Parts: sequence; C-alpha cells; structure tokens
Amino acid sequence: MSDSAAHLSITELQRDYRSGKRTPVEALTDVIEAIEKKDPGVGAYLSLESGIALRDAENADVTLPLGGIPIAVKDLINVKGQDCSCASKFLQSAYTSTYDATVISRLRKAGAIPLGRTNMDEFAMGSSTENSGIKLARNPWDADRIPGGSSGGSAIAVANDTAIAALGSDTGGSIRQPASFCGSVGLKPTYGRVSRFGLVAFASSLDQIGPMTKTSEDAALLLSIMSGSDPLDSTSLSDAVPDYLNELNGEIKGLRIGLPVEYFTHGIDPGVRQCVEDAVSHLEKLGAEVIEVSLPHTEYAIATYYIIATAEASANLARFDGVRYGNRAPDPNDIIDHYRRTRAAGFGDEVKRRIILGTYVLSSGYNDAYYVRAQKVRTLIRQDFTAAFEQADVLVSPTAPTPAFKIGEKSGDPLQMYLADIFTIAANLAGICGASTPCGLVESDSGTQLPVGLQVLGPPLGEGTVLKVTDAFEKTTNWHRRPC
Amino acid sequence: MDYITTIGLEVHVQLKTQSKMFCACPAEYGVQPNSNTCPTCLGLPGALPVLNRRAIEYTVLAGMMLGCETPPVSKWDRKNYFYPDMPKNYQLSQFDLPLCLGGNVPLYAHCYPKDAQKDIARPEQLIGLTRIHLEEDVAKSTHAAGGTTIDFNRAGTPLMEIVSEPDIESPEEAFAYLNSLRQILIYGELSDADMEKGQMRCDVNVSVRPQGQEELGIKIELKNMNSVSAVRRALHYEIKRQVEVLKSGGELVQSTRRWDDDLGETQQMRTKENAHDYRYFPDPDLLPVRTGEIIEKMRSRVPELPHQKASRFVADFGISDYDASVLSSDRDLAVYFEAAAKDSAAAKKIANWVINNVSALLNEHDIGINDCPVTSSKLSALVDLVESGELSNNQAKEVFSALFDAPDAEPDALARELGFEPAESGEIEAFVDEVITANPGKVAEIKAGNDKLINWLTGQVMKASKGKANARQVGDLLRSKIN
Ligand SMILES: [Zn+2]
Repeated sequence: MSDSAAHLSITELQRDYRSGKRTPVEALTDVIEAIEKKDPGVGAYLSLESGIALRDAENADVTLPLGGIPIAVKDLINVKGQDCSCASKFLQSAYTSTYDATVISRLRKAGAIPLGRTNMDEFAMGSSTENSGIKLARNPWDADRIPGGSSGGSAIAVANDTAIAALGSDTGGSIRQPASFCGSVGLKPTYGRVSRFGLVAFASSLDQIGPMTKTSEDAALLLSIMSGSDPLDSTSLSDAVPDYLNELNGEIKGLRIGLPVEYFTHGIDPGVRQCVEDAVSHLEKLGAEVIEVSLPHTEYAIATYYIIATAEASANLARFDGVRYGNRAPDPNDIIDHYRRTRAAGFGDEVKRRIILGTYVLSSGYNDAYYVRAQKVRTLIRQDFTAAFEQADVLVSPTAPTPAFKIGEKSGDPLQMYLADIFTIAANLAGICGASTPCGLVESDSGTQLPVGLQVLGPPLGEGTVLKVTDAFEKTTNWHRRPC
Repeated sequence: MDYITTIGLEVHVQLKTQSKMFCACPAEYGVQPNSNTCPTCLGLPGALPVLNRRAIEYTVLAGMMLGCETPPVSKWDRKNYFYPDMPKNYQLSQFDLPLCLGGNVPLYAHCYPKDAQKDIARPEQLIGLTRIHLEEDVAKSTHAAGGTTIDFNRAGTPLMEIVSEPDIESPEEAFAYLNSLRQILIYGELSDADMEKGQMRCDVNVSVRPQGQEELGIKIELKNMNSVSAVRRALHYEIKRQVEVLKSGGELVQSTRRWDDDLGETQQMRTKENAHDYRYFPDPDLLPVRTGEIIEKMRSRVPELPHQKASRFVADFGISDYDASVLSSDRDLAVYFEAAAKDSAAAKKIANWVINNVSALLNEHDIGINDCPVTSSKLSALVDLVESGELSNNQAKEVFSALFDAPDAEPDALARELGFEPAESGEIEAFVDEVITANPGKVAEIKAGNDKLINWLTGQVMKASKGKANARQVGDLLRSKIN
C-alpha cells in the first residue's frame, strides 16, 4: 500500500512513468484498488469506468503532457458514453452523454484518462454535498462531517488518495470550499478561461470548471491544458494560455498581498482565523508585502448571488422535463401533469427551492426589484475588485469561515448554509480567479483534526500569480500533503 | 353605427441559411425526422449556443430593405415557457434590443386580392413596422392517436419576427401586406416566405371600435392561418363577430382565438388572465452583437425593391405601369424580362411576350421562369424576327413552342425548319390586290377617310396568307395601293 500510486500527484506519477518505475495500467490498478477499499466509507464516487479506463491505460502514451494520468470527473461534466447524472434522481441511469465536454476532449488529447464520476450536490446546488440525490458523502478527516460542496466528491477523492486529480466546477465556491474542507488544492479559473461546453449549467454567468489536485503544480499543469478559447463557447476568452507550470518559480518577493478588511470581520472560527493569520505571516516571511484593502460591497454578495444564480438556474433547469431524456413519472393525464410529476419526483428540495426563487425574481412585476437590481450590485462588486487589484496583486482570506461542519448541522437552515460560501461567492460575481490551498489543521470538538483552506484571489486572468503564491506556500509548509 | 378596424401583424419568417441559428446542423427540410440534430438543438445538458452570423446578416439586410434602423448593439434573451417542441423550455429570442427598429412595408396594388384591386381604399399606403428580431424556431409536433411525435430538425433554425404597427385597416390590406412583404423578402433572397409551406407564419391582432372613439378597442389575437387568403377570411369573420358582439351590447375580452379554416370560424383559446409571463432575461451564454461591421457589409447588398424596379422598367423600357408592376411582382420574371429586353428595340413587345406567351407556357408545364428552356436571349432574338417582319406573331408563337421542346435550337433556324420562310413580297402583293378587288365598298369608305377599315382589310390579307405576312407591311401596302 505504501507504494501505491494512488497517493501520488500528477507530476510524481509522470516521473514514475517516464523513469519506467510504473506503467499507467499499474498506476490505474492502484487507484481502483484504493477506491474499492476506501471509497465506501466516504462516498466520493458515483460510478467508475474501470474497464474503459484500463483499456485506455494500456494504450497510453506517457510522452504526452498527461499521458496515462487518470482523472476523476465531477458528475456534471459530459464524457461521451458515460452516464452524467448531476447527482440527481431525475438523470440517474436515464441520461448517457452523447458527446465530450471541451475540457474532456482537451484532457483526452493530452493523454488523460477519465476514470469515474464524483459525487456532488444535485446540479451543483449546495455547499455540503448533502444535496446529492444519490449518495451521502463524508469528510475523509471526520466521517461525521460534510466534505463541503458542491464538488464534494472530487475534493474527497483527491484528499483521500483515491484519485490522482479531479475536475470540479465552481459557481459560488464549489471548488474552493470543499477543497478547503477536505485539505486539497482547488482552483476556480477566471470566467471564460475554461470552456463551459459540456458542463451542465447551474448558473451560466458564474460557472467555471477547474482542477482539484494535490498540489498547485498539478493545478497549473491541468489548467494549461484545459484553458483557451473554444468556438463552442461564446463566453470563452481568446487570450493566449501561458505554461502555468513553467511559471511556478517559488518567487513571491515584493508581491503585494491584500487582506480584505470586510472578510476578517465576519464570524470567523478562531482556529481558522489563527491558521490564516499564520499563513499570511508565512507569506510575509517569503518576501510578500501585506496590505489591507477594502471590498465595500461584500455584505451584498450573498443576496446578489442568490438572485442571479437562481434566476439563471430556473431557466437552465427547465430542459429537464422528461421529454427527451431523464426519468419520467408514469401515466400522466396530460403534458402539464407530466411536467409537474416528473419534476416533483426528479428534483430534490434545494433544487426546487432555487428554481422557485429564480422563477420568482424573474417574474413580471418583480424583475426590476430583484434581477435588474442584482445585476447593478454585481457591477459594484466587480468594481470593488478592480479597485482592490490596483493596490494588491492578490487577495488573501480564509476560504470558508469555519472548518467542515457536521452532517445535518445546517441542512435545515438554508441561510446558514449559504453563509458557508461568504468568502468565495464574490469572486464568481466578479468573474475573477481564485484558489484554495491547505494552510493548517484545527481540532474539532470531537477531537478530530480538520483542514483549513487559504483562499488566494487574483484579478481576471491572474491564475499565474495566484498559483505562484499557493505553490510557494505549499513548497515551504507542506500542509497540502498531510494524510487524512 | 360604423366601426373602425385596427389590425397589426406579427410575421415569422424562416431564413434561408445553410445551418441552424445556434449550431452547425443543416437547416434543411424534408429529411428523416431528427436526423439534423446535435446536443445544442436537442437541448442536451451542457450544450451551448453559438450565433449564426449569416442569420444576423440576413435580418439586418431585411431591415435595410424595409427602411429599418439597426441599433449599434443587439442582444439575446431567454423567453421562458414550457412546451414539448421547445428543447430547452426557453426560446432564444430578442427582447429589448432587437436587430431592427422602425421601417415600413409598402402595400403594392398588385398584392391586393384580385377582386379588390379596383377599389383600393388607401393607394400606395405604407404600413409601419415596430421591430424585426431574430429567434430560434421550435420543433414540429405531430399529434396522432398513439401520442405525439416530435421532429427536432426544425428546432433551432433561424426565424425572423417582423412586427407591424397597428396600421392596417382591412382584411384586404392585411392580405396585401403579407404579399408585399413576401415579395420583398424574396427579392432579398432571404426566404421563400411561402405561408402554405410554413416558411412564413402570421399572428394577427385585431380590434374594432365605434367611429368617433379615440381609444383602440379590445385587442384579440388570431392564430392558425395557413395561407394569405386564410388571413383575409379569418379577419372578415372576426371583425364581423366583434362588431356583432358590440352591437348587441356585449363586451369583448382580450384573448387569443384560433382560426378553423374548415369551419370558417374563430374559437377562443385563452384569455389574458392565463397569459404567459415569459420572464425574459439576457441569455448569459451569448454575447451581445455589435452590428457596425455587419451593417457596413450588408449596405452594398441591398437589392432594388419591387416598386423601384417597376419604376425603372417604365423609365428605361417605356412599358406601361401595369406591365412593369406585373413583371416586377416576381423577381425572377423581372430578371428574365430585363435580360431579354436590354439589347432589344422591342422591349414593349418582349414585356407582352413574357407576361402572356411565356407565362402561359410555364403554367402549362408547371415550371418556374428559372426552369424555362427558352433563354432570355432566344426570346429576344425571336421577338426581333417578328419586329423585322421576318415572322408573323402567330409563326413566332409556334417557334416559341418548338423552342420549348428543343432548347438548343436557334429561333431563326427553327423557323426555317418549320417552313416559315418570310413571305415573298410579290406573293403578298397578290393577296393585297385580291382583297382590294374583293372589297370595293370598304375601299371606297377608306378613300372617304375611314382609315380604321385598313385594319379590317389587313386582317383579310393575313387570313389569305395564312399568317405568313407581316401585318405592318400589309397595312403600308394597302394604304399605298388605295390612296
Ligand atoms: Zn444542432
């Protein structure tokens, strides 16, 4: 077990492939064994494609940038021939992808192997993966706690060494927050950096696919391959894609780190606060210059987010009607009855709550007061960041105000749950990039150790700088490789 | 009491683009159901739309032809409602920033119903347009006993919606509006705009109010008219119905009614209370379009419009207003005429030939002018033979029929083959002498000044020569012999 490939990062595994120490089939077999052994306790995976993956591994070309590297895929990214359920009962065993998402075709071209599908909050709506319509997920550090969400399964798999790397998606923190709760690295790219074609949409103006990895090096490597303009996604950016990995030189001397004052006044858990303050001091020791910045419209971020995201979601999820795919309620009286019963049975409570909220805020007579106004506030939030990035190269904060909470602790109180995303949501509204990397452990009241994430936000297309900071931090602290 | 009718039309037009509005699937019809589909036009999870630039260009061009303005930025919105023929359960459309604003449709006289052309209330009336926007078409549902089938080949094809101001005052004007609009769209090669094929579809808003009342009456929307004449029929029925309701002291409610062409009546579908709230909002998957470059590109492609072509034909070829409007009512016919007439001294005669002989034979063979086996240059050569006296009109008609079956032949060679030698002048003179001798009374009347009788005598000579003679030559010869 100690020699299992499952605990390796992408770059480590590549080294082994190239030195001839392991073959892709051996490595993949290790990962599958680790999943079989460890996943039943945590529920990171919804399904595995071992057969196809092993065949791909046999033919892998390890000279390719990601040759023979298995990747776990969040269950809302289309992989041709595989079920894509978005952890929803509506799609479970009732929709098989007929096409590859652009990120999947790019990763395949680079030699990567899609291995299996990871658990999540249904349609990415949630912060704990408790909204999975298929399977309960548990935090690998403390089985009584949630892994975060919505990309909970991907975060667990990476932290639990049942994946080399994974893909997540981030609409309001869905990559960064579970990465923080599980002790993995997660990056949300700038809006438009990575094509959304093939990502099942939750909120189209906020969604981004991003890497969830063991190191920032791996995130950089994956990002270089996933990024770039896509003729199938009109919102993808055409800016040239740097070799992010090559730019990681550990050098952050003189870099200006901004601490948003508004982010340090909210009810942050004292242990989390301590970890983040220590991390900031550490970055200062590495030569960074720390200043305070202000994001004055922070207090409106959550309300703004829940108007825009739910409005978009109410339309995005309308296609799930059981006419062309999905599970249908039997024997409808008429088409309206069909819609009502199919959607009532297919969607979970949180999805219904958001569709109703989104439908309401777009309704005639309320549209101006909610949706139109929220768009205006969104502009103000974006301007906050533009101003802050004139003073600082990156912004640093806790990724979440608390460590992972208990299963069921907040599921009865949606507003408390929404607050778990308070530090991550604004980045999606502003369209900027950000990462979370482990920066410490706190002891829970039940005596378990729980990871804490450090969030580093960068300006649009500032992924290189963000990764430079998280990479420099990782290489001098090693919080990111603590076994759970 | 008299009532005033107010009508506004919303016309949907299928654009003739190669591919669909938001994906690369072919926009073609009559193929295997659901064969032209992809993740985007089937609304599969994760698929995204990409704009078809050609459809935007076509819409901007339509706007230019109709005198609209295209604002510098145009955007796309989601129109939300559930229906099985709509894969995403929202339609990508344009709400508050459409591609075209304003403009108008001229009501051409020849576009009115034939029985109404003599009595046009507002000649040369312009009908104002509110806007033109672009959206995606829905799939085609077929209801059968076993259930409903859906063909998504049509889903996502580009559909242009042209909304008129409530400027139309009668069913006949509505009829003329649709025909005039259709002609203009065909001129721009933007659509075939055939209502019976569903390439052009039309919703009608109609209200009536008592004479003297300023405020418009209750607006009622009519759907399901499948031809231009059905629109006229539906309006006649509905206007009569509304007036009767008002006259009997009843009240009209804002509603949508369905036209049943078989029963010849409109039936209530829904009232305003259960109208849709479409919850429009900007589509986050598509960026707004900056139209500047497209406007520049399309400016040079604005074609001559039917009425402009007609005026030019009158000026350039000296043909009558009537002939010019008949010729220009069909773009292809006009192109054929102009090609035949441009190098000929007999443009009037060519116009006559195209409108009568050519059209008749095309109808007989059930083909369009573009498939006419007799090229415009051959028609021109044939008419020249008539003009120069080498062929009589009747002979030319026979040659034309023969050319239809032998399109490679030349008119003069074919005429000789048919034995139509130009009549010897001696031969004709003999016929002329014969006719003069046989009709002394008529000759005397001509000598007394009744010149019209020359035509009668000419007819006799033509008959005697079995149509071989040239009527003008015969007339000249008769005159010189009698006087
Ligand atoms: Zn398509």
